[in-house]
Amino acid sequence: MAAKTQSPVMGVATAQSTRTLLRVVILSLIAGAAIASRLFSVIRFESIIHEFDPWFNFRATKYLVANGFYKFWDWFDDRTWHPLGRVTGGTLYPGLMVTSGAIYHFLKALTIPVDIRNICVLLAPACSGLTAIAAYLLTNEMTTSPSAGLLAAIFMGIAPGYISRSVAGSYDNEAIAIFLLVFTFYLWIKALKLGSMLWGALCALFYGYMVSSWGGYAFITCLLPLHAFVLICMGRYSTRLYVSYTTWYALGTLASMQIPFVGFLPVKTSEHMPALGIFGFLQLIGFIQYVRSAISGRQFQTFLVTVLIATFGLGVVALVGLTSMGVIAPWNGRFYSLWDTSYAKIHIPIIASVSEHQPTAWPAFFFDLSMLIWLFPAGVYLCFSDLRDEHVFVVVYSIFGSYFAGVMVRLMLTLTPIVCVAAAMAASHILDAYLLVDCPAEGAQPEATEKDSNKAKDGGLRSESKPYIGIFSNVSKMTVVTSMTVYLMMFVTHCTWVTSNAYSSPSVVLASRMPDGSQHIIDDYREAYQWLRQNTKEDAKIMSWWDYGYQIGGMADRPTLVDNNTWNNTHIATVGKAMSSNEEVSYEIMRQHEVDYVLVVFGGLLGYSGDDINKFLWMVRIAEGIWPDEVKERDFFTARGEYRVDGEATDTMKNSLMYKMSYYNYHTLFPPGQVVDRVRGSRLPDTGPVLNTVEEAFTSENWIIRIYKVKDLDNIGRDHTSAAAFERGQKKKKAAKKAGPRVLRVD
Amino acid sequence: MAPKKNARESTPSAAASPVTKASPVVKSAPVSPKPSAGAASWDVVLQNIYNHYINETTQRTKLIDAFLVFLVTVGALQFLYCVLAGNYPFNAFLSGFSATVGQFVLAVSLRVQTNDTKSEFPSVSPERAFADFVVCSLILHVFCINFIN
Repeated sequence: MAAKTQSPVMGVATAQSTRTLLRVVILSLIAGAAIASRLFSVIRFESIIHEFDPWFNFRATKYLVANGFYKFWDWFDDRTWHPLGRVTGGTLYPGLMVTSGAIYHFLKALTIPVDIRNICVLLAPACSGLTAIAAYLLTNEMTTSPSAGLLAAIFMGIAPGYISRSVAGSYDNEAIAIFLLVFTFYLWIKALKLGSMLWGALCALFYGYMVSSWGGYAFITCLLPLHAFVLICMGRYSTRLYVSYTTWYALGTLASMQIPFVGFLPVKTSEHMPALGIFGFLQLIGFIQYVRSAISGRQFQTFLVTVLIATFGLGVVALVGLTSMGVIAPWNGRFYSLWDTSYAKIHIPIIASVSEHQPTAWPAFFFDLSMLIWLFPAGVYLCFSDLRDEHVFVVVYSIFGSYFAGVMVRLMLTLTPIVCVAAAMAASHILDAYLLVDCPAEGAQPEATEKDSNKAKDGGLRSESKPYIGIFSNVSKMTVVTSMTVYLMMFVTHCTWVTSNAYSSPSVVLASRMPDGSQHIIDDYREAYQWLRQNTKEDAKIMSWWDYGYQIGGMADRPTLVDNNTWNNTHIATVGKAMSSNEEVSYEIMRQHEVDYVLVVFGGLLGYSGDDINKFLWMVRIAEGIWPDEVKERDFFTARGEYRVDGEATDTMKNSLMYKMSYYNYHTLFPPGQVVDRVRGSRLPDTGPVLNTVEEAFTSENWIIRIYKVKDLDNIGRDHTSAAAFERGQKKKKAAKKAGPRVLRVD
Repeated sequence: MAPKKNARESTPSAAASPVTKASPVVKSAPVSPKPSAGAASWDVVLQNIYNHYINETTQRTKLIDAFLVFLVTVGALQFLYCVLAGNYPFNAFLSGFSATVGQFVLAVSLRVQTNDTKSEFPSVSPERAFADFVVCSLILHVFCINFIN
C-alpha cells in the first residue's frame, strides 16, 4: 500500500524510482519479519536442533562437512539399524545437507567461520525470507495489482501454517523445500506466460533442486501436468504451453533422475505417470494443430478421428496393461493412503501411527491460517472472473492443495503458499477498490453534470442521471479500509501469538513454569543421552522404540537398532516384539541383536504424555503384523477391553518388558498405597515388577528416560530367573528334597 | 517403458510420415486420380499435408525437420535395440533415449518459435530462441552424460 503513496509534486520518473525503493524496503522488512518471528525458541532456550528427524539431517550434514562431498555421496552408515546398516547416500534427499554445507564453506571462504550447528539451526528462517520473496514474485505474475505481491509476501512470511515447519532449529527438509516449491511454481508460470525455453529450463533446474531436497516433489510432478491438462481441456492449448511444458519435462525428469534416491522412479512408478502421459499427449496435440493448419476441415476430421483414437486408446491400454503386469509400480502406501484414507490404518500401522498423518480438524485451518482461510475462497473466485492461464493454475492448485490438506495434517504446509497468494489477491482487490478507484476523472465530471442538468430538464429519473457507479464517498472508503487494516493487524497479532505459544518449543527440552512465573527446564533427554555418550563404550548398541533412533544417533552417538527412517518394517516389529514379550523371549531377541542397553521413555512421574507406555499399543500392533501367533493385542486388554496399567492389568501386560522397565522401582518413590501414575491417572500396586535379565543402569532426574543394561549370560550357566532369585536370597523351594526327573547329558 | 514409447513415438513417426511415407503416395496419386466424393480418404489427406509442407515451409525450417527425422530414427533404433537386447544398463538406455527425446522436443520448440514468433511469442526473437535452444541443449547433455556414467 505504501508503495502507492505518490506525491503529485514529484515527476513520473521520480515516482517510479520512489516506488521501486519502497518496494525493496518493504520486501526487506518482510524478509526481516519472517526471520525474526522464527527465532522465539532460539532466544528463549538455546540454539539447538529440535525434533526427531532434524537430528539425522544434522548428523548427515556434520558428516558431509567433515568428510567432503564424495564420501557423503557413498556414505554407508553402520551405526544405525545395527545388524543391517543403512546406505545413507542412496536413501536420503541430499539437497538440505548440501545447501548448508555450501553455506558453511562459503562463509568460511569469507573468513567468517560459523559453527555448522548454527547454520543448520538458522537455515530455515533464512529460507523463509526467500520464500516470502518468491511468493511476491509468484503473486505478481497472477495479478496486476501493485499491492498483491507485497501482501502475499507478508502473508507467506508470517503465516503459522508455514512457520510451524520452519522455526529456527527445525532443520527438516521442508525448511528449504517450500522455498523451492514456490519458486518452481513462479518459474513455471513465467515459462508458460512467455513460452520461453530458458524459463522452462530454469524451472526444470529448480525442480531438480526441489527433488534433491524433499519427497514432496511428487506434488509438483502431479500439479504441473494437471495444470497443462486442464488448459488443454479448456481449449487453451498454445505453442507456449508446448514449449514450456516439454522443456520442463524433458530437462526436469533427467534432473530428477540424477538423485540416487529417486533413480528410475520417474519412469517406473505411477506417481510420475501423469507427467509422462501429458508429455505424450502434448506431442499429439501439437502435431494435430500443425496438421489442422495444413489441410481442409473435412479431411482434418478423418485424420483427427483416426490418429486420436488410435494413439490415445493405445496409450491408455498400454499404461493399464503395464501397471497390472507390474512393469510400472503401483502407488506406494504413503501416497495411496491419500486417496483411500482408511488404507493405512488397516494395512500399514506404521504409517497410521504417526500423528502427522491424521486428518485435519477445522480449528487447525483457522489456527494455522487465521484470516487467510476466509479470504482464500474469495481469491479463487476472483481468479474465475478473469480466467487467464496462470489463474487456472491457482484454481487447480487450490483445489488439490485443499483436498490433501484435509486428508493429512502435515500437508497443510503445501496448501499454505496458495492460500497466501489467493488471499493476497482478494485483499488487494478490496484495497484497490476502496483506495485507488477514485471518483470519475476531472474531465468527465463537468460533462456528467451537464448531462445531469440535461436529463433533469428532460425529466429523466434520478437514478438514470448518474452514469458512474462506484464508491465516491470518503466515509465508505474509510470504513472498509479501516476494517481491512484492523484485520491485517489482527492477523499479525494472531501469527505472533501462535508462533510464540504453539510452535516454538523444542521437544528436546521440556519447559514448565514455576509458581512465581520463572521458567523451569526439564532436560532429561539430554541428561540421559549425555550419560550414554560418556559412560558406555563406543559401540554399545542401544535398543529403543524407533522414535528416539535419530536422537540417540545424534546426541548420544551410539549405534541403534531402529530409527525414524522406517524403511524396514520387520526390524521395527522385532523391537516391538522384544518390548512387548516377557523377559525370556525378549532376552533371546536382545542377545541375537547384540543389544547392550535398552532405553525407555517414561512420563508417569511428571505427567509427560508422550511416553512409551502410551505408544505401547503401536508396538504391539506392529509386532502382531509380523508374528500374529506370539504377540496378540487382545492380551494387553482386560476382560472388559480396558487398557490398564494398575493392579488390574493383564498378566501379559505386567510381564511385558516394557511394563517392567517403565515401572521398575517406581513404587519406592511414594509412601505405600499412594503409588500413582500421573499420565494414566491410575494407582499402582505397592510392589513393583521384578527384572531378571536386565539391570537398571541409569534413570534421569525426572524419571523420563530409563536406561537398562542387558545382563551377560550367567557365569555358571543358570537361566537368569533362577540366578536372580538366588541373588535375592530366595531359596529354591523343594529343589533339594525332590530329585527331579533328570535327563541324560548329551555331549 | 512402453507407454512412454507409445505416447511419444506415435507422434514423431506420424510427424515423419509426410516426409518419408508420403513419397509412395505421390507416385500413386497420378496413377489413380480418385474422385473422393464422400469422406476424404487417407491418401488425399497425406498428400495434402505433403503438398502444404513442401510449399509453405522455409528452407531453415526444413533443415530443422531433417534434424528431427534424424533424432526420431536414432531414438527408434535405440528403442528397438532395447526391445531386442534387453535393458540391462537401464541408465544408459534411459540417458541415450531421453537425450534424443529431449533434443527432439527442444528442436520442435525452436522450430515453433522461429516460425510464428509474432502471434504466440511476442517477446522471443529468432535469435533469442536459438540462444535458448543452445543453453537448454547444453543442460540436457550435461545431465545425460552424467546419467550415463
